Amino acid sequence: MSDNHHHEENFFQKYIWSVDHKIIGIQYGITSLLFLLFGFSLMAVMRYQLAYPEAVIPYIGEWFFSESGGVMLPENYNTLGAMHGTIMIFLGVVPLAVGAFGNYLVPLQVGAPDMAFPKLNAASYWSYFVGGVVMMASFFTPEGAARSGWTSYPPLSIFESGQTMWLLGMVFLITSSLLGSMNIIVTIVQLRAPGLTWFRLPFFVWSQLVTSFLLILAFPPLEAAAVLQLMDRIAGTSFFLPSGLVYAGSAVEAYGNGSPLLWQHLFWFLAHPEVYVLILPAIGIVGEVLANNTRKPLWGYKSLVYAISFLGFMSFIVWAHHMFLTGMGQTMSAFFQLTTMIISIPSVVVLTAFFISLWGGSIRFNTPMLFALAFLPMFGIGGLTGLPLGVAASDIFLHDTYYVIGHFHYVVAPGTLFALFAGIYYWFPKITGRQLHEGMGKLHFYPSFLAMNGVFMPMFIQGLAGLSRRMYDGGQQYAHASDVLHWNEFMTISAFILGLAQIPFIVNIFITLSSKKSKDRNPWKATTIEWSAPSPPLPHVNFESAVEVHHGPYEYSVPGKDEDFCPQTTP
Amino acid sequence: MSSIPYILEERPDTGLNNAKLGIWIFLASEVMLFGGLFSAYVFLRFAAPEGDFDYWGSKLSVPMATFNTMVLITSSVTMVMSWASLKLQQFDKYKMYLGITILCAAAFLFVKYFEYTGKFHHGIYPSSSTFMGIYFTLTGLHVLHIIGGMVVLIFFWTKQADKMWAENQDLLANRIEIIGLYWHFVDLVWIFLFPILYLL
Ligand code: HEM
Ligand SMILES: [Cu+2]
Repeated sequence: MSDNHHHEENFFQKYIWSVDHKIIGIQYGITSLLFLLFGFSLMAVMRYQLAYPEAVIPYIGEWFFSESGGVMLPENYNTLGAMHGTIMIFLGVVPLAVGAFGNYLVPLQVGAPDMAFPKLNAASYWSYFVGGVVMMASFFTPEGAARSGWTSYPPLSIFESGQTMWLLGMVFLITSSLLGSMNIIVTIVQLRAPGLTWFRLPFFVWSQLVTSFLLILAFPPLEAAAVLQLMDRIAGTSFFLPSGLVYAGSAVEAYGNGSPLLWQHLFWFLAHPEVYVLILPAIGIVGEVLANNTRKPLWGYKSLVYAISFLGFMSFIVWAHHMFLTGMGQTMSAFFQLTTMIISIPSVVVLTAFFISLWGGSIRFNTPMLFALAFLPMFGIGGLTGLPLGVAASDIFLHDTYYVIGHFHYVVAPGTLFALFAGIYYWFPKITGRQLHEGMGKLHFYPSFLAMNGVFMPMFIQGLAGLSRRMYDGGQQYAHASDVLHWNEFMTISAFILGLAQIPFIVNIFITLSSKKSKDRNPWKATTIEWSAPSPPLPHVNFESAVEVHHGPYEYSVPGKDEDFCPQTTP
Repeated sequence: MSSIPYILEERPDTGLNNAKLGIWIFLASEVMLFGGLFSAYVFLRFAAPEGDFDYWGSKLSVPMATFNTMVLITSSVTMVMSWASLKLQQFDKYKMYLGITILCAAAFLFVKYFEYTGKFHHGIYPSSSTFMGIYFTLTGLHVLHIIGGMVVLIFFWTKQADKMWAENQDLLANRIEIIGLYWHFVDLVWIFLFPILYLL
């Protein structure tokens, strides 16, 4: 604390070009929530199309699909699908889970004044921002936005329009994640307050540490793949183009000898760890909320830490379970089936430990807790439905059907998104000094919970009946799917109810923000370090005095104490 | 803001300062980046018809690349010397060695420029063959890394360094150590690129 004379910061320094991890966290949070809303809207349009194929899309159809008289064409559907996936994952969930929650909470939970590299932190946000702008701008280019799926499989992605902008956008997003996760790792390793030993770290911090390692090691191969695909598109190379390829009726003029499978390997080497990037921070948040609201230590804290570390490691050697149908061979399939079955073990450990944590607790059913509790069975469904996809024999039948869409959405939507909601309700008082309204929170939770299941549960039924994913007409052209098509309307209505159910949430935020600040810095009576800082924590330094840690993260209901919680900083 | 601990001094239990850990993690990600591209190279080489890679590989100039290898190894040595000079409080020598490092980087780029334009003159482009594609991609990415490093080196060669030296000697030494680690890594990448592209 060498510079004692304060210099006043103007609005731009304070809120736009800030290097304070709290402001950057909030920037990440607002931007990613807007992107989530946008990704959801794209999906709402798709869902309308799936329920009423070939119908004119009401209100917006004449604007966006004017050439076809307001009807969505197959290529429009492809664009919406690809961008929904891309936006939800790379611009929505990861920036919210790692950029916003990680940034805001990690320094506070380790008792640090800021991130280790504040300027890199700002650079990370602005790189994300530019990546987002590039992705958005691609909608307005003559070519339009990408339409080859979020997976961007070649050879199609080499020829389809919009892909170049997608690749450029991805380079910025990858850079942003690399800077961000490097910062998080160094902050956790180096800036832990005195007394905060490794096994006194809150579980959330552990989850961020493992997540950051995944980002650091898994994203660069995708960057490599993106560079190669960019070369294929603009320099005429043929890394991913096999010889003798025919596209749109004519032979492709390229050297050939390339391999579309190479892309799939490089892509899934990132994208499998990426799904753990989507779920680990969520698990971390749920752990915090559960411990706090059961008023009990998190059951099996050390096993949880070991489980997610093992999970992180294993996630690098399961990627080809997405490729059983590519004919990569029996030996490869056998290996990746085995690793996939092994990686399910730590996930089960996590879920089991969470369920046992509930046992015998005096549970407080507040809004964060409701979302956290809902996470458990939803993540359970998502995880268990994944097992048949990890075994080649059943995956051959299920691959590329709506079953897959149902499976991973159970993990990321009612799973991760609910955990993120839990986190927002739980830490809102720390960030703003004001507690979100409970009644409106419940009005947000219950309809969301029902509607989520209304959207995704029928997908299993449709998928098991053989309905393929990425069908712009919802599967009308397939006779074998006709028995399950009536679900489409139900799912679409559920999706719109899900959209409506977010209104109480948005209203709640604005009403709460305009209410009076509370003086209570620890309304949940929590133990972790962030709650001993003022709400919001002080600019640039967070805590009024140097932090010293004397306790483990979850000393709730310790026998023989007057209060049922003992903050980590209490001597 | 300067209340962030362990910017220069080592944290006792980890034995590292922040920037040192940061650069190691950054280099780990770089290893994965080039590792991804190397695996792509191996994959494509196996997929290519007999002799295809050899035929196209023989069009590269081994003498030029050998010269460049020497240049980069020299630059790595002078990079260490410049850091050592700082530690020995010899600021003038620091500037000299860093200057040589920068010149080496420039020489490398100069040779690379002639290699590239030579290929273009003979009508050889990335699209000419899979080998040429991966050659231009790998070396091009490496050149970008050289340019990036060079920009930082030049920054620490300007008046900026004199200022830092006057204000905080340890900070300058730390920064030079960090950029040095990066520079060694970039050399190391070339040490891998040279045999697999030119010699195999
Ligand atoms: C919350 C409500 C959500 C709904 C109702 C929803 C619905 C859908 C639908 C209908 C599809 C298209 C299926 C097809 O045509 O094949 C889809 C695809 C997809 N969604 Fe979602 N989604 C939601 C949230 C999310 C979230 C939170 C994520 C990621 C974190 C996500 C990631 C994806 C991905 C990656 C695809 C595949 C895109 C592709 O085919 O390339 N979705 N979603
Ligand atoms: Cu996977």
